[in-house]
Amino acid sequence: MAKTHITMKVNGAEVEGLVEPRTLLVHFIRENLSLTGTHIGCETTHCGACTVDIDGMSVKSCTMFAVQAQGSDIMTIEGVANADGSLSALQEGFRMMHGLQCGFCTPGMILRAHRLLQENPSPSEEEIRMGISGNICRCTGYQNIVKAIQYAAAKINGVEFREAAE
Amino acid sequence: MIPGPFSYHRPATLADAVKLLSTLGDEARPLAGGHSLVPMMKLRLASPEHLVDLHGIAGLKGIRRDGNTIVIGAMTTQHELLASDEIGKSLPILDETALLIADPQVRYRGTIGGNVANGDPGNDMPALMMTLGASYRLEGASGAREVAAAEFYQGAYFTALEPGELLTSISIPVPATGHGYAYEKLKRKVGDYATAAAAVVLTMAGGKVATCKIGLTNLSETPLLAEDAAKAVIGTSLDPAALKIAAAAAVAIMSPAADARGPVEYRKHVGGIMVTRALQRAVGRAS
Repeated sequence: MAKTHITMKVNGAEVEGLVEPRTLLVHFIRENLSLTGTHIGCETTHCGACTVDIDGMSVKSCTMFAVQAQGSDIMTIEGVANADGSLSALQEGFRMMHGLQCGFCTPGMILRAHRLLQENPSPSEEEIRMGISGNICRCTGYQNIVKAIQYAAAKINGVEFREAAE
Repeated sequence: MIPGPFSYHRPATLADAVKLLSTLGDEARPLAGGHSLVPMMKLRLASPEHLVDLHGIAGLKGIRRDGNTIVIGAMTTQHELLASDEIGKSLPILDETALLIADPQVRYRGTIGGNVANGDPGNDMPALMMTLGASYRLEGASGAREVAAAEFYQGAYFTALEPGELLTSISIPVPATGHGYAYEKLKRKVGDYATAAAAVVLTMAGGKVATCKIGLTNLSETPLLAEDAAKAVIGTSLDPAALKIAAAAAVAIMSPAADARGPVEYRKHVGGIMVTRALQRAVGRAS
């Protein structure tokens, strides 16, 4: 099958590649761009491990073809840290609140939480839980992921983070 | 999982898309949000030779009000429905339903046109469109036609769409001010299709139900309008006796398949409960 030349911006850098139309975006990101922080979990649009940010939307990159991302602006977990290399508020939140155990779901969780906080800078616990309902974690029971996102929201909003009593 | 090979087309106009689909014939499939089709392709349950991606056609997106009708472009996503002030104001039941479809990531990509055109009995919007008296605009090589949602669904994945035709927009009459509404969906988890779901839109006058429509999702091969159930509540104050008669009338037309969501009797039983809850919640919202 003839290959198509595609270009897009990933984590601020212009990238290009030759892909078959059937190449899924997640495969292009991992195999052509060698950005393996984006994980492939279920491959059936359920788990959210492959979530990336595309033109201001959280998208499961296993359910979109790379050719469809022509001209788009993408952020993956490799582009989340601050420009000086320090951890972003969300990364710091996941570290401080123990928002990960095995870490497999974490890139997708952080990319999804990034867009959630862009759209809703002060989400309630319920809104966070609904906001990450397309991302599955089999380790944490979600409690510490929710706290990690609350921590990040507080930090971004410049207010002190207080853990809710359990 | 990797889909079979196909040729990718991204037309910039509706005319080009229609031309491509009619020229390429059965081997071509239109690609909207892709969140039903792409998983099927990865499982090799679908292997189209050509995909005609509709994302390049600007005219297929958007929500506008035309007098007393809301017109929604087929490529409008569930996320865009949820973000629309016009939908929130005129058709809040659309927001309630869209929020019960899949998960946030899927709603950024999944379109209302794909949801209603696919003919999947598990999709939520078709029964709602029938309940609201919506119609679909279908455009093909020989021109455009309007088909009522209630006339569109013929069987699982069988619809009134002719080969080469595209569903381009949905027209929904705005319900009366003060109408009551509810979409009740029982599902096993976020992202699942309904075990059973019911849509209700009604109006009240003097404490009695004046008009009522009830739609059912995933309780038959096609979405259903529960007309006898709706008739049973008109003129009542939705007292327990009327609710019971309505639920029984709705259950009588259900013919769900037994699947991982439960055996037939269970799905009909909870279908009746969804109808009851939707009626109760709708009447509580009506003024």
